[in-house]
Amino acid sequence: MAELKPYREIPIGGRIEKAGNSEEFKTGDWKTFKPVWNSEKCTNCMVCPVLCPEDCIPVEKGEKPVRKETDLDYCKGCGICAQVCPVKCIEMKKGDADE
Amino acid sequence: MNKEMPLTGAQSVAHAMRQINPDVVAAFPITPQTDIMMNFAKFHSDGKVDTELVRVESEHSAMSCCVGASAAGARAMTATASAGLALMWEILGVASGSRLPIAMAVVNRALSSPINIHCDHSDSMGCRDHGWIQIYNETNQEAYESVFLAVKLAEKVMLPCMICLDGFITSHGVQNVTLHDDKQMKGFVRDYEPKKWLLNTDDPHTVGPLELQDYYFETQKQRADAMIQAKEEYLKIGKELARITGNEYPLFEEYQMDDAEAVVIVMNSTAGNTKAVIDKMRKDGKKVGLLKPRLFRPFPYKEIAEALKHKKYTAVLDRSESYGANAPLYAEIKSALYEADSKPKLKSYIFGLGGRNILEPDIEKVYDELLSGKFDHLETGYIGLRGE
Amino acid sequence: MNYKQLVNKPQKLAPGHRSCAGCGFPPIVRTVLASTDSPIVASCATGCLEVTTTIYPFTSWKIPFIHSAFENSAATISGVEAAYKALKRSGKIPKDKEIKFVAFGGDGGTFDIGLQSLSGALERGHDFVYVLYDNEAYMNTGIQRSSGTPMGASTTTAPAGKVHQGKEEWKKDMAKIAVAHNIPYVAQASVHNPIDLSMKAEKAFSTKGPAFLIVFQPCQTGWKYPMEKTMEIAKLAVESKFWPLYEVENGKYKLNYKPSKNVPIEEYLKPQGRYKHLFRPDNKQIIEKIQQHVNEEWEKLVNLCRD
Repeated sequence: MAELKPYREIPIGGRIEKAGNSEEFKTGDWKTFKPVWNSEKCTNCMVCPVLCPEDCIPVEKGEKPVRKETDLDYCKGCGICAQVCPVKCIEMKKGDADE
Repeated sequence: MNKEMPLTGAQSVAHAMRQINPDVVAAFPITPQTDIMMNFAKFHSDGKVDTELVRVESEHSAMSCCVGASAAGARAMTATASAGLALMWEILGVASGSRLPIAMAVVNRALSSPINIHCDHSDSMGCRDHGWIQIYNETNQEAYESVFLAVKLAEKVMLPCMICLDGFITSHGVQNVTLHDDKQMKGFVRDYEPKKWLLNTDDPHTVGPLELQDYYFETQKQRADAMIQAKEEYLKIGKELARITGNEYPLFEEYQMDDAEAVVIVMNSTAGNTKAVIDKMRKDGKKVGLLKPRLFRPFPYKEIAEALKHKKYTAVLDRSESYGANAPLYAEIKSALYEADSKPKLKSYIFGLGGRNILEPDIEKVYDELLSGKFDHLETGYIGLRGE
Repeated sequence: MNYKQLVNKPQKLAPGHRSCAGCGFPPIVRTVLASTDSPIVASCATGCLEVTTTIYPFTSWKIPFIHSAFENSAATISGVEAAYKALKRSGKIPKDKEIKFVAFGGDGGTFDIGLQSLSGALERGHDFVYVLYDNEAYMNTGIQRSSGTPMGASTTTAPAGKVHQGKEEWKKDMAKIAVAHNIPYVAQASVHNPIDLSMKAEKAFSTKGPAFLIVFQPCQTGWKYPMEKTMEIAKLAVESKFWPLYEVENGKYKLNYKPSKNVPIEEYLKPQGRYKHLFRPDNKQIIEKIQQHVNEEWEKLVNLCRD
């Protein structure tokens, strides 16, 4: 958690001046199931990174983008990636969030 | 070049807006404010301003539009009255809470119900605790000049500001008004240069987040501090404005106060009638005076207590009710005097609701009652009410 | 745009937001924002999207963002857009810099409390895109009925009980209301089809004047289905013709997708807890009514697209 600042030290009007800083807030510990991805079976179709609610499936950008391992720091374990995968290369498995 | 001409209060405010040439103005009609926007729209149509004039579909959207425009980096203004101000209520808090320096003329009019289009102060008093600076104005000239002061003050302390003038009495009453030189006035307000603005897309930030128990309180304390700071800034900016206009911008005006034994405290146009009564009574040797608050938010408690400390009798005339509580101005004056070592005997009067006339004999009667010393200061007096 | 092009775009909504697991709106927002390369300023109505993405001192928005209130997302963005025109004129914004504007709102903030503000902004012709994420109830306050709630759905203010079987009125046709403003572009899309959504968002952003997108967004919490099924349910809504994908460009209707097989409405309703009571034998006629309504609406739409 961020340090709680005294009133004189925060921007006026509740403004948040650091765009996209919610990245500092990890939601990965919400999950009970985690996605286990079979990179060999994966066709890099890019469906799961687009539909992932958390934007936690990193991609190496390029003409032929390449999917990377899910960022479990943010993954809430919803299982949408596994459900939408056309080749079924993701499996949701029960496991410790921090594993 | 200065120009003196007969103008209504609404026209005077519209001229101030023309000279300021705000980036964005949101317009929605409501009696008796409409004349401001009609006059301003004519300036717009004639190319005298290059403001983006947004003809919104409600006052709620007028204030929302100003919030968006102001946060985006524009100088934004609007005007309203009565029910329109009430409809804006939620967004008034958003404007001040997000620290957006919007300036708005409020043409004071009674609130429903029953519906009434005439003057009283129940509209602006209803939102007195909403984080808006409030400047009250007796004359068309004051209303005109206050618009400039309001814009500059708002942008200095990053709080929105209301310029209040009496519905019909001031808004539609014609007086001779000196319009100061266009260039000079434009030079006075300068351009709005916010530190953070949404349209500066290279520096993205978030306005209006969800703040919970951990931060909401801190943000409110900042707003309260800014309001306190507004008092000093009002005086400073007023001095700067005085150099152009030759007029003064005190926290409150004192009229024949030096040796006054009986003082009436009243805001806006009624202060003018009171001055006439004072002039007449002074001729009869009666020591009567007037204290006319200009800045109601932030309220100058200390300064008012100081001004009243050696007075014998004081009456506070409120043009709004506070149903079941002390009337708004009276409550503030009473609270100002609590810490004073010496204080006058204080009485609350309510007058003029829904535009009921207050006549000079009515005010004279108040002074006579005060000077007699024989009045029940704990009972609220009602001026011009049948059955009283 | 295809999936590969979409992932190559910069992401403008950061992770770390607090929407429920399986929530549908983050992919909607990301897809819409990825559909223009111009800088964007966003406004948002009070609701799930706003509260989960801006919990102080954190924001998920990588673009300039403003939230003002529940009912004024459109009025707020109209002020921002007016400011843009003014500051461009005064030279504070370079003449060659083009900024796009988007307003987000849920069904409560759009169909109901924000309808007037939206209507005003559409009529005034501001150059902006309004994106309605339609999850068919007031989700942020706890699944209360809105005028976007479909007939038969059980919500916390119109719950299914012994006498009443959930919402008894039909869902308001918000797209048609937008069309009635004679704005240049209106489209219905769905979260499960980001390619279609992105095509529509691209058109919306490149259209001069107001554009209105209504995007179907299943809500696992409010609709009571397993969280992984968000896209599946959205797809069933489209396949069953409950949620047609279409667009209206300058008044001309175009169907974007014609389901190839007849998926009965039961298949769409069945996995959702909010419709559970309809599967009691005594409520069979409600499902029949819904099916009939879907058929009629589909026919009307097909005819409009034919004209």
